[in-house]
Amino acid sequence: MTDLSPAIRDAARRLLSDGLVDVVIGFEAGPIPLRSSPCFARDAAEVERLVWNMSCENNLAKYLPRRRERVGVIAKGCDTRSIVGLLREGQIERERLHIIGVPCRGLIDRRRIESELAGREAIDVQEREGEILLRGDGFAIALEKERYLHASCRACRSPTPVIYDTLIGDPVAKDMAADEYATVREFEALPTGERWQFFAAQASRCIRCYACRNACPLCYCTECFVDSTQPRWLSPSTDATDALVFQIMRVMHTAGRCVDCGACERACPVGLDLRLLTKKVEKDVEELFHYKAGLDVHEPMPLSTFSPDDPGDFIR
Amino acid sequence: MRAVLVAKDQMSVLLEALLQDHEVFAPVNDDALVAFRQVDSPQQVLLDYGNSTLPPKGLFFPQTETLFTYSLERGHLVLKEPQPASRSQVLFGVRPCDARSFTFLDRVFANGNQCDGCYLARRENCTVVGLSCGSPKATCFCSSVGGGPFSATGSDVLVTDLGTDYLVEAITDKGALLVESIGGCREANEDSLRRRREAEASAEATFRGAIRTEDMELRLQEMWDDPFWDRLHEKCIGCGVCTYLCPTCHCFDIVDEGSEQRGRRLRLWDSCMFPLFTQHASGHNPRPTGKERWRQRLMHKFRYWAESHGEAGCVGCGRCVVNCPVNLDIRQVLNEIESLSKRVE
Repeated sequence: MTDLSPAIRDAARRLLSDGLVDVVIGFEAGPIPLRSSPCFARDAAEVERLVWNMSCENNLAKYLPRRRERVGVIAKGCDTRSIVGLLREGQIERERLHIIGVPCRGLIDRRRIESELAGREAIDVQEREGEILLRGDGFAIALEKERYLHASCRACRSPTPVIYDTLIGDPVAKDMAADEYATVREFEALPTGERWQFFAAQASRCIRCYACRNACPLCYCTECFVDSTQPRWLSPSTDATDALVFQIMRVMHTAGRCVDCGACERACPVGLDLRLLTKKVEKDVEELFHYKAGLDVHEPMPLSTFSPDDPGDFIR
Repeated sequence: MRAVLVAKDQMSVLLEALLQDHEVFAPVNDDALVAFRQVDSPQQVLLDYGNSTLPPKGLFFPQTETLFTYSLERGHLVLKEPQPASRSQVLFGVRPCDARSFTFLDRVFANGNQCDGCYLARRENCTVVGLSCGSPKATCFCSSVGGGPFSATGSDVLVTDLGTDYLVEAITDKGALLVESIGGCREANEDSLRRRREAEASAEATFRGAIRTEDMELRLQEMWDDPFWDRLHEKCIGCGVCTYLCPTCHCFDIVDEGSEQRGRRLRLWDSCMFPLFTQHASGHNPRPTGKERWRQRLMHKFRYWAESHGEAGCVGCGRCVVNCPVNLDIRQVLNEIESLSKRVE
């Protein structure tokens, strides 16, 4: 497997030197193993910091709305689907954006690797064909990468960018026969009480830090409903009811828009299962409106379009 | 002060005894988290953990706290304050960085002439049992900010893993009472104290990411208008992870909820990283962007707090480093400030 970082740096360097963009947003190596960090490169020296690896976990579409500069952005499949959504919603201008698409082989879940290491710490991490090699004080192990991918990456059907100006790397094939909603179906089959208990337990751990909301490219509102004080729609408390209402409202606002990039879940410091609800809503929208978000910039959005054929059996 | 040795297989007996007389809060596995929770059996208690995901500060300074409730009953206003805990509490197994953070919170909420009754009552009702850190994490930097993996600051009792035994040392008078109540243990001797020193030296030797913070407040005094702030915040998504997971962050908001008939006044954690934190009623916001908010967070910890208290307002637990969704590492930021000021010199 080729390291795409040099090709990404070349493309970024060219965009900047040709004066096509003012900044290239990509990733740089994080200061700790298993982490990468968003990077804003504005000159040749800064371009040298850009890297590409299995820990480039943020959705960089987050940084695009309300940006005055012309931007080059390094985008995975899911990032490009978010970009399609933002274009559709009029939040970014296509002509001021250069998309460097990078087909994605999946991001690794550092927390699961950390728990695998059981207290030992990796000092050096390498990625080799299908394997993650970890080295620390007195240990060196190889883990099968596929087993440590984020759940969103395992369910992903768009690893290859759906929109781009430059594509770096070979398209990544995906098993389209696998059921991306398997977990949702299992959960739907549980008795109501168990489902309620699950969400109540999740909500009781939410600390209302809003990392999920702020990591999400869809959450670009100038004032979020939780931050409104006049009127106050929702108490800022961490009582389980308030936390649950926050999470439910957040998910409802992403209906028909969420591309399941998993950025919310990766940002959550307390390990909440944030994708179950979003995936459920994604499934509902797909079943009711035969629509998948972020694939076509011209397709009307189901929840802001009326069609006489829309399902209406919930209106009685 | 008295120090005793408790054989490792006797620790559960000790915890059992504590549970008889106190409410015990200790680190436990809670799904994906390590969290401080009230325990009812010694088996729940984790003694070989790195550090908890959330700091234990919530025990003294809860994230959501009802200060009082009000109701109108037959035309009369009735105010009720919540009842303090009836039993004494023990906070068991706190890492030295977090124990030290309590002394920082004390300066805010219990500093003599400005005392917060609710906070003070909880602090006085609780005995803090610290747990020395035998193998600090790569993201830990307590030694760079005036603490240490074996520091007893903030602990009433300090427990240290010596291999076959735990060394249990009383640090304060309150701690001495707790140690007195421990049965079936041996007195610590010169050899145990030697082993403790060895363990401490070996823990100190593992620190990889030491940073220089001396005179940081002097550097920051010159930096208010520095272009450094213009881009520092660029990747920050403005969430509250760094502040809510910080054991020393103590800013709060007061909110009234309810109707004319009944309601409550709440005190809630707040975060300087949120725009709402400084939003004026007029709509004006003196800290309108991440630039001003990041500068404030760094200045508060490494300049204002240092100017007021003679040390940085950070205990080096590394939670903000580990959990930042965009991996914006405060150690790196401090190192950059250090190298910037070198360039100026």
